[in-house]
Amino acid sequence: MTRLGLDRLVQGIAGLVFGLGLVVSGMIDPAKVLNFLDFAGTWDPSLAFVMAGAVAIAFVGFRVAGGRARPILAERFHWPVSRAVDPRVIVGPAVFGIGWGLSGFCPGPAVAALGLLAPGTFVFVGAMLIGMAIARALTAPRVPQDQSHPVAGTRP
Amino acid sequence: MVTTAFTPVSSLLGGALIGLSAAILIVFNGRIAGISGIVSRLLPPYRGDDVAGKALFTIGLVAAPLLVEAAGFRVVQTVSGSFGLLAVAGLLVGIGTVVGNGCTSGHGVCGLARLSPRSLVATLVFMAAAAATVFVTRHVVGG
Repeated sequence: MTRLGLDRLVQGIAGLVFGLGLVVSGMIDPAKVLNFLDFAGTWDPSLAFVMAGAVAIAFVGFRVAGGRARPILAERFHWPVSRAVDPRVIVGPAVFGIGWGLSGFCPGPAVAALGLLAPGTFVFVGAMLIGMAIARALTAPRVPQDQSHPVAGTRP
Repeated sequence: MVTTAFTPVSSLLGGALIGLSAAILIVFNGRIAGISGIVSRLLPPYRGDDVAGKALFTIGLVAAPLLVEAAGFRVVQTVSGSFGLLAVAGLLVGIGTVVGNGCTSGHGVCGLARLSPRSLVATLVFMAAAAATVFVTRHVVGG
């Protein structure tokens, strides 16, 4: 297999591991997410444990990556280009949070849940894709996403 | 509303798997495991990124619960709300995650793990907005 093929295969494996994490953690169930967000009612703190486990392991991964000149299977690191705390990173998450609170679905669990065939999941994901397409068409990135840091070896 | 059991052990383990996925993707592929970023880049306009890798990640994500069920476990899930409500919620999540450049995974997991101030702000804002929304729908208008 070519290096590009291996690169893509590992991305598929990462998707599978992510999905398994959503199932094992219970986060594929929007009811569990809504109960985490319901501090004044049927509070279920599980999501905080998911975040703790995820951030701890990811932290190690980012430390390892930060010490490398390049990833194992790709030419360069695609570090996020935006670093500023600007209005977009307030308004966007506020809009996202309202949708998350209305449904209990954020993008990962919603997409992972498609195969479980709940009709509401299809309605949510369909609308989410429309929303993403609209926002992508309207918000051209100020810096082209993947040409901005041709030698992005440094950690942001 | 549905009550759910507090599951500290399985949630911590599942979270570790999500973190492992993020670690694999950055160390091997040099990419951030942000689901909104991955899924939204499956849609046009294409800006020269590798769509095939993102498609494979998404296929793996969708395959996971099916494999768990094929192995004989039941994946418990309650999707509630009217189709109208879910459609509005989906639109807001789609627009908000693209405008804010990330969601629970990109900002919440990867951003916090990278100690990014931008992601910390994003995470606090979407957590607060979501909790406020649940408070209003369940305790003010929902009852």
